[in-house]
Amino acid sequence: MDKNIGLYICTGCSIGESVNVEKIVNIGKNALRVPVVKSHFALCGKEGTGLIRNDMQAEGVNTVVVAACSPRVKYEEFDFPGCIVERVPVRELAIWTQEPNSEEAQLAAEDYIRMGVIKVQKGDLPEPYLMETVKSILVIGGGITGMTAALQAADAGYPVVLVEKEDRLGGFVNRLHKIGKIPADPAKDPLIADSGIENTIKAVESNPKIKVYKSAKVEKTEGQPGAFDVTISSNGSSETVRIGSVVLAAGWRPYDASKLGHLGYGMPNVVTNIEFEEIARQGKIARPSDGKEAKKVAFVQCAGQRDPDHLPYCSAMCCTTSLKQAQYVRQNPAAAAMILYKDIRTPGNLEYFYKAAQNDPGVMLTKGEVTGVSEADGGNLYVEMQDSLLGGQVKIEADMVVLATGIVPATADDPILMLQYRQGPGLPDLDLYDGFADSNFICFQYETRRTGVYAAGCVRQPMNMAEAQEDATGAALKAIQSVEHVATGIAVHPRAWDMTYPDPYMQRCTSCKRCTEECPFGAIDEDEKGTPFYKPGRCRRCATCMGACPERIVSFKDYHVDMIGSMLKSVSVPEDEDKPRIIVLACENDAYPAIDTAALQKGRLDPAIRIIQLRCLGSTNLVWIADALSRGVDGMLLLGCKYGENYQCHFAKGSELANYRLGKVQETLGRLQLEAERVGMIQLAIDEYDKIPSLITGFVERVKEIGPNPFKGF
Amino acid sequence: MSEQSSRRPHRILVIGGGFSGLTTAVDAAETGAEVIVIERNPYLGGRVAQLNKYFPKLCPPLCGLELNFKRIRTNPLVTLHTMAEVETITGGPGDYTVTVKLHPRYVNDNCTACNACAEACPAERPNDFNFGMDRTKAAYLPFNQAFPQKYVIDGASCAADCGKACREACRYGAVDLEMKAETRELRVDSLVVATGWDPYDPNRLDLLGFGKVKNVITNMMMERLASPTGPTAGKILRPSDGKPVENIVFVQCAGSRDENHLPYCSSICCLASLKQVTYIREQNPGSKARIFYIDIRTPGKYEKFYGKVKEDPNVSFTKGKVARIVQAEGSDDVIVEAEDMLTGAKVKVQADMVVLATGMEPTGASRKVSGVGYNGDGFVLSVQGVSAAGCSKNPMDVARSAQDATSAVLKAIKTGQGR
Repeated sequence: MDKNIGLYICTGCSIGESVNVEKIVNIGKNALRVPVVKSHFALCGKEGTGLIRNDMQAEGVNTVVVAACSPRVKYEEFDFPGCIVERVPVRELAIWTQEPNSEEAQLAAEDYIRMGVIKVQKGDLPEPYLMETVKSILVIGGGITGMTAALQAADAGYPVVLVEKEDRLGGFVNRLHKIGKIPADPAKDPLIADSGIENTIKAVESNPKIKVYKSAKVEKTEGQPGAFDVTISSNGSSETVRIGSVVLAAGWRPYDASKLGHLGYGMPNVVTNIEFEEIARQGKIARPSDGKEAKKVAFVQCAGQRDPDHLPYCSAMCCTTSLKQAQYVRQNPAAAAMILYKDIRTPGNLEYFYKAAQNDPGVMLTKGEVTGVSEADGGNLYVEMQDSLLGGQVKIEADMVVLATGIVPATADDPILMLQYRQGPGLPDLDLYDGFADSNFICFQYETRRTGVYAAGCVRQPMNMAEAQEDATGAALKAIQSVEHVATGIAVHPRAWDMTYPDPYMQRCTSCKRCTEECPFGAIDEDEKGTPFYKPGRCRRCATCMGACPERIVSFKDYHVDMIGSMLKSVSVPEDEDKPRIIVLACENDAYPAIDTAALQKGRLDPAIRIIQLRCLGSTNLVWIADALSRGVDGMLLLGCKYGENYQCHFAKGSELANYRLGKVQETLGRLQLEAERVGMIQLAIDEYDKIPSLITGFVERVKEIGPNPFKGF
Repeated sequence: MSEQSSRRPHRILVIGGGFSGLTTAVDAAETGAEVIVIERNPYLGGRVAQLNKYFPKLCPPLCGLELNFKRIRTNPLVTLHTMAEVETITGGPGDYTVTVKLHPRYVNDNCTACNACAEACPAERPNDFNFGMDRTKAAYLPFNQAFPQKYVIDGASCAADCGKACREACRYGAVDLEMKAETRELRVDSLVVATGWDPYDPNRLDLLGFGKVKNVITNMMMERLASPTGPTAGKILRPSDGKPVENIVFVQCAGSRDENHLPYCSSICCLASLKQVTYIREQNPGSKARIFYIDIRTPGKYEKFYGKVKEDPNVSFTKGKVARIVQAEGSDDVIVEAEDMLTGAKVKVQADMVVLATGMEPTGASRKVSGVGYNGDGFVLSVQGVSAAGCSKNPMDVARSAQDATSAVLKAIKTGQGR
């Protein structure tokens, strides 16, 4: 677009009293050659925004640089659709954090405004990446989770393809005698009910929008959100269907009870909780060895769970299941159930299950560590327990023992999705969650590192049936969002507003494969010759590829290597050797808001720094460091999110990759004969704003100790 | 929606702008719906905004809030009303009329958050954001990362004879002391009730000493004490004398799982206490913590967090319900009396400070929205067109609330289709 830039400088919030605005106006007009440069006392007020709008009408201004406050405030006021708008936080970075009327404040304001103007000069309005897409949703798994997701998506108007590995729908619920329900209204709602699974299966199979494949599995998934080509094999034949997005509801299997020999599994009257459901379905609780009705049933909780030798996690649903199964036993008033537990876990309204058991004299609940199960006379069993409420070491006799075994997610040893991605067929990071297809983000439960794939139910986390149904509905919504966004060329979480996309200049690609290796979302494949092949539908727009590329060929319309490079090259470098200049590259999601908050406290920041916001630290290209240092900038500091096991980076790997690249910068610095310590990285969380002034001062002091950059003045 | 693109967008009213409400709003707007959020507080983020860290990652809640705020900033489909309350709901699925009362903020959109009004203001008020543990001016910013970043004037705390210094101090004409409450009528297709929860009133827990015994606080107060934006700038100091806390006791099920108080389990308190143990252990390496519990409820992957805390030799666990909390004689210390259920022994422990792991009471227990159905405990009962999300429906943690809110969006979006 032909840009007609307007630079608007606010003089409110002490800006006018703290810096020489007239001088800045002159720089804008003369040095930066901005055609329209104006200042106003309260740019955010009606008069101020009116001034800008008027210039748009009268002067044809279509590119606006607002040198005022942070983009995190007054966002409605400075929203000019169809225009490029750059907010320069002069108030926060040059006024509130610098000494008023000092040379430093003036220089900071000038630098930030110059960078803002260069940014819009180098940038362009986003144009969405449009391709032919479909809006059908693939649901993998035909258990209660998958069926719920399918029905929800179909009800909302989206075609669904459902793939189930068994020859019938229903999953584990088919095997249950009754189901436990979370009572919405404990005064009225029953805790235990028939599953009604037949009706759900009927609803799925008769829904014209749902196509069901049974005895089927996904052979391969190619392509990208909006245009996945999924090959489904079923009963010896295979078929490829075009899919928009995926709900992964592949479910779980019970933990292998044959590994629980120490708890008596293998003895005829020791069964798992799933086996117990099947016994209960037959009517009376007949024990396997002799068909005699069990009158005294012991439930051993955490049979494998919460045990580092088996499953390190809790399976969340087994306490409620055993409480429910105790009621099966109690159908015979003469029978008794004993639940032997470490902790009874019935959070929320599941507590009513616990209460019901406590109020039933035929159900006994005892805390303790079960150490073993051995055979007693007549097919009976002894459960040995220590540290119990009953005393140090006890032996309890029962006719039958039920092992409350836990959940193993389907993804523990099977990629399921069979993605034909360079980075592999399954979801990455599964080892962080013991094989579950879970999200790393507490706030964003459906995030996986494969765009357009949303996990739900017990493949995501251990949960009960009611929770799985809610989870399925949420995942269906995310799948819908995904197909709608990709159809209009907008990114999904976390940049769910972004219409830009990576547009590499392939002629200069050397096929070094760094982008394909580093993309946290597996968005880049390689063709037969090893040349990267971008799949924008998979892309989350973090620009990690842009940071990774040594040839600097990856660009977004409003974000590219030359843009940030030009900005940082425009920063003033004082000749005075006592006044270092340090460029801070800050993650715009966490580190920058923290800086904003520090500014709101009016805490002083070292005048040496100039802060540039990045989409993600993963987009840091090493050439920026060379560019800056070769111009005499004394140091560079990267502020990004915490990485490692509990990473906080919204793009999963950005800050970690930035750090990895910094490890390699040594080489660049060596070539320039500069000290490696001039470049550093600090992991900073959004709430650590109180530490920012001292962290920055600390870094500046270290750079001062090294001494001025010898390139200064060249 | 796929077949609806030519029709007008769905309109959803979200009652509550805490984490569930925000998630609902963002997810609905990003699916093409028009969303109006009604929040009672002058800021968004609800209880999550008051939390210092999340379990089990120990990451800052502001990180996720900020991202949601950013999505709201960039999405024209979301309209926010703070200091607002729903008065009536009439109509049915696909066509509701909702009257909303907007309380006066006395500060208009001209506010630049420059702090001049607060500097000029002569009156003070207890800081409810910090549970009254410190004070703010009557003209104040709720907390320093508040969104929207706009000051508020608490009219009730203004002196009757005030010279209106705030109005004089504001250079942007943002202070409007004549602002009146307004009532608006909104028409929407569906509603999501995400009104969240209140900490159970600890004054009702007679034997646990809150308000009578010094240095007995609640778990939510502990969040504020540990937070850098809290009354002690993040230093965990006991309220009576500012002494750094060396020895702390956590009392689980303070109100929860108790027929006389909250009959259900509040789901989050075990993990909250384990998390708060890490606050104190990290801040003060010599400190000791003891947890009195009935069951430690750390379902699913949270078990690993429990495992990590349990490994710390300075943290001990006692199964038993606390019977009584009293002041130690001649000191500000606190004495906790309980029975160790595993040994049957009576236990008496002296501590610098006691944290009551008070439970979650749905706001529906004390403030019902007319036109919304509730169960006897005050949790919302969803019906077609009016879905509950998050803790208004069931006690749950932030992760589950986020998930539940996303799920509520699909239910809301389907209501009124084809109209």
